[in-house]
This record gives sequence, C-alpha cells and structure tokens, in this order.
Amino acid sequence: MKKTTLFFVILLVGGFILFSINKNQSRVSPRESLAIKGSDTELQLVSNLVEAFLEKNPGVDISVTGGGSGVGIAALINGELSFANSSRKMDDKELAQAKERGLNIQEFNLAVDSLSIIVHSENSTQKLSIDQIGKIYKGEITNWKEVGGKNEKIALYGRQSTSGTYNFFKNTVVKSDYSPYMLSMEGNQAIVDAVQTDKGGIGYVGVGYVRGENGQPRNDIKIIPVGKDQNSSAVSPLDDEAVRLDNYPITRNTFQYLSQFPQKNSLVEKFLLFEMSEQGQEIIKNSGFFAISKEDNQKNQQLLENIK
Amino acid sequence: MVFKKDIYFSENLPRLMFGAMAALTVFSLVSIFIFLLISGIGAFEEIGVSEFFLGIDWNPTSFYTPAWGIFSLMVGTAIISVLALSIALPFGLSIAVYLSEIASPKMREIFKPLIEMIASIPSVVLGFLGLLFLAPFIAKFFNISNGLNALTASILVAVAALPTIASICEDALSSVSVRFKEASLALGATKWTTIKKVVIPAAGPGLIAAIMLGLGRIIGETMIVLMVAGNSRAFPTSLLDPVRPMTASIAIEIKEVVVGSLHWQSLFAVGLTLFIITFVINLLADVLVYKKYSYGN
Repeated sequence: MKKTTLFFVILLVGGFILFSINKNQSRVSPRESLAIKGSDTELQLVSNLVEAFLEKNPGVDISVTGGGSGVGIAALINGELSFANSSRKMDDKELAQAKERGLNIQEFNLAVDSLSIIVHSENSTQKLSIDQIGKIYKGEITNWKEVGGKNEKIALYGRQSTSGTYNFFKNTVVKSDYSPYMLSMEGNQAIVDAVQTDKGGIGYVGVGYVRGENGQPRNDIKIIPVGKDQNSSAVSPLDDEAVRLDNYPITRNTFQYLSQFPQKNSLVEKFLLFEMSEQGQEIIKNSGFFAISKEDNQKNQQLLENIK
Repeated sequence: MVFKKDIYFSENLPRLMFGAMAALTVFSLVSIFIFLLISGIGAFEEIGVSEFFLGIDWNPTSFYTPAWGIFSLMVGTAIISVLALSIALPFGLSIAVYLSEIASPKMREIFKPLIEMIASIPSVVLGFLGLLFLAPFIAKFFNISNGLNALTASILVAVAALPTIASICEDALSSVSVRFKEASLALGATKWTTIKKVVIPAAGPGLIAAIMLGLGRIIGETMIVLMVAGNSRAFPTSLLDPVRPMTASIAIEIKEVVVGSLHWQSLFAVGLTLFIITFVINLLADVLVYKKYSYGN
C-alpha cells in the first residue's frame, strides 16, 4: 500500500514538473513582444502611446514598467531587456560598460519635459530662480522667508538615486550633492502626494504630473514659476510658448534607448515610427509633454532611415 | 526476499527523501552565505573595512566622490528595531497573557486566529495606510511638517511583527504545565501573582525565542520602511528624524546597479552584514533558550 502511495506521489510530482516544462516550451509563441522599462517620468506617457499603438496593431504584446531611469539603463546594460525609457542621457561610463558587453546603444529622442517645481498650495512664495532652487536643495536656504515666503521651515522632497530626474536635477540645478536631509520618494506621484500635505514642502516632478485628469493644472498644489536668474522674469513650466522658445530654464529631453540597432519591420521600428507619427505627437502633447526640437527630430529620422 | 525488499524500500526511501530535504535547507543557507561573501568581499577590499562600517555618509551617486559608509544605515536599522520591539513587546506579551491565562476558551478561539491574521496583511498595505493616515497624524501630533520618520516606521513595523511575537508568546505560556499553576494557587498565591511569578518565568525561554523571532522580522522588514521612513541620508539624531535602514537602501539601489560594479558589490556587502546580524540574533536566541532549559532541568 505504502509503495503505491509513494509511486503515486512521485508520479504526481514528476508529472507536474514535466507539465510545467512543457508549458514553458509552448510559450514560445509567434506573438511578437516588447518589454519597456525605466523612467517613472515617462511611464504615463509611454503607457498612453503603447495603448494607442496596440489598438492599431493587435496581436503584439508590449509591457511598460517604471522604477526609474537608472533601473531601465541598468537592465539594458545587464542584458535583461532591449528597450529602456530614460529621462536623462546615458553617461559615458554607462555607454562604455554597454560597449564592453557588446551592445550597440541607440538613442531616440521622445519628448521634452519641463521639470516643475511644486510647493504646498498655501505657500506664498511667488517665484524662484535656478540659483535659489539650487541653494534650497543644497541645504543652504532652509526657511521660506529667505525667498519671499512665510516663516516656515523648508522640507525637501526628492527622488531616489535610481531616478533620471534625480540625476538631471542634481547635475543641472543643484550642481553639488543634495542636502542629506532630503527625503527620498518612490516616484513623481509620491512627491506630489507628499507636497500636497506638507506646508513647508518643495518637490520637483515631471510636467506630466502637475496636470490633473482633465489636462488642467492641479489646484491642490502650487506650481512655482522659475527664472533663469534673480533678474529675469519667472516662467511657468505649463507655458507652451515659453518652453518652446527655451525660456523655461529646466527643460530636458526624455529618451528611449535601444540595446541594438532595430531590425527592419520589427516591433521596435513600428513603435518608434508610431511615436513620431501625428497621432503619437498628439498623445505626447495630451500627456503634458512638449514636442522635441527640429534637430532632435532629424536625429530620430536618421536613426530610422538607417534601418534596412 | 520480495517482502524484505519491500520493507527496505518503504522504510528507507522516505528517510532518504526527508533527509535530503533537510540537507537542502542547510545547503541553501550555506550557499546564500557563500554567495553574499563572494559578491560582497570586493567592496571590503576596495573601500576598506573600517571606512565601510564606520563612515557615516552613504552616497554612492555623489556629485563629487562617492561615499561608502554604512554606519548611519546601521543606526537607522538599530533605531527602528529597538523602537519597534519596545512597542510590539508590551502589546504582544499582554495579548499572550490575556489569551492563555485570562480569556475564556471561547474568546481565545476567536481572538487568536484574528491576531494571527494581522500577519496576512501585506506589508505594502501597511505602508500605504501609514502614508495615508499615520504619517499625517504623527506630523500633526508632534507639529512637524511631515510624518516620514523613524517613529512612524517603527509603529507600522511593530504592527507587522505583533502577530509573530503574540502568537509564539502565547504558545510558550500555554505550554507551561498546569501543575505549576495549581501548586502556586494551592500555596495561596493570587492569579496575578501566579502569572507574574510562576507562569512567565517558566515560559521564559519560549518568550525569548518569540522576541528574537519578532526582532528578525523587524530587522528584515523592507517595504514599510521604504515607504514611510523618509530615507534621507542625514545621520539620525532623534526619533522624529527620517532614517534610511539597510534593507531600504538595498531595495532602492539594487535596481540601478550594473552587475559586478563597486556599487553592486557594496550592496551585497550590506546584505552580508544584515545576514550576519540576523544570524547572530538567532544564534543568541538558541543559546539562551538552551541555557535556560538546561538550568531548569
């Protein structure tokens, strides 16, 4: 009796293992698929693009996940995926590491993001200059009254080091290390949520996160106009015209990186073409971002023309 | 012959199988340790052991030169551990005493599974509730601008560890022989005196095991601290300061590192340190429990 029971168990376990192996093999389906990972800032935008793309191209799988630009780039270099979103440029060290591993990194310019400085809705500060923002994040300015606000201690909200926005902001605005008192938040939304309830709070987020569901600016936070320096007039990141004329001082390109040159008629090529199409550009605009410059558009064209 | 073979088969094969499974557990423990050691050892060589453990600045992505000191991370973990344990322990022990000594069997049957059910709340949900309700409450209560700090994280981690501590404490108290209690009551001691002077001391080793297991749970907790501890780099000087525990640092940064880089190696070195700390705590628990028992006998 015992023997039969034992055999039964072995049969069951063995069968289960065989079954799962078999299942794995049958998963190699003809369905084309693409995994995109990286920037939290681009997450909503790229999800919108993918959604519209899939509507036009049924029968393919595209997944988009966030985590931060650093996460996407590391996954690209580590060979875990072939398509990464990044809100910052890959640095020389990363490009060298990728080359060392036999990757042929291709850069695609997706959209322009005007990095927005947000504070609590009751904050009376009218505007900030780049220099002031830098000093605030360095920890040299610690009270709102020093920049024309109420007597209230400043609470700094920033992203984690995995974030492209964290690195971009550090290198172009702070130009030093962040104050050690800065709180590290999981993503753009976490910063918006925190600043909403913190009277002394300040945060930086992608422009896609300061608009509500209807595309209008949110009124539960205050978006601070930013000036190039103390004397120049401050501009809102939501001002289309100013951003286009490069009058808003913290705009940046957001990118998509490919680990290899895309093949002709591949899903990657189709998706990139879709992003550049009129419909793609419309989605970029509706998601709160701005179109890339003519020169960058030409670079994209060049990349796609080289696909044979 | 056939009969003998049958016995051999049915007796020895299960023994072998169970033995192999037990060995597999030990094997995985040892191989995890070896893996952490091999992956992390390079960091010690490159950074230097004293700078790694005593440096108070952890800033691998610095604008200037990267800093690799994990002392403030260890202090962050220590603050949360001590605070969470000192919150969870009185509650856990009270619950255990109530369940095993005071509650009617029926109440006990209702309450114990309910308390154990806390363990089934995913820690990300606890973290989310903390972010939405506890952090704003703490901020208001202490009149600070936000509630992302060591205290908030400790309270939530204490909730997460409570079922472990309460349940194992209760098991320990319930397993104290009825004869002890009867003898104490027969000598004229009150119920409270019996609990205090007889039941709790007799259950001592079990209670210590409960505390240690709870502590292990607290130190290893990642999601809650990631969400509500603030995770700033500054060295914590008060319980209302944000802290960045070791687990949160690993969870945040492991996603962005290139395999084999110094940053990657040093995160494994942090993991190794964490592993050794919990290993020593468990070892200590075992030694204490063993000592108590041998003393009692």
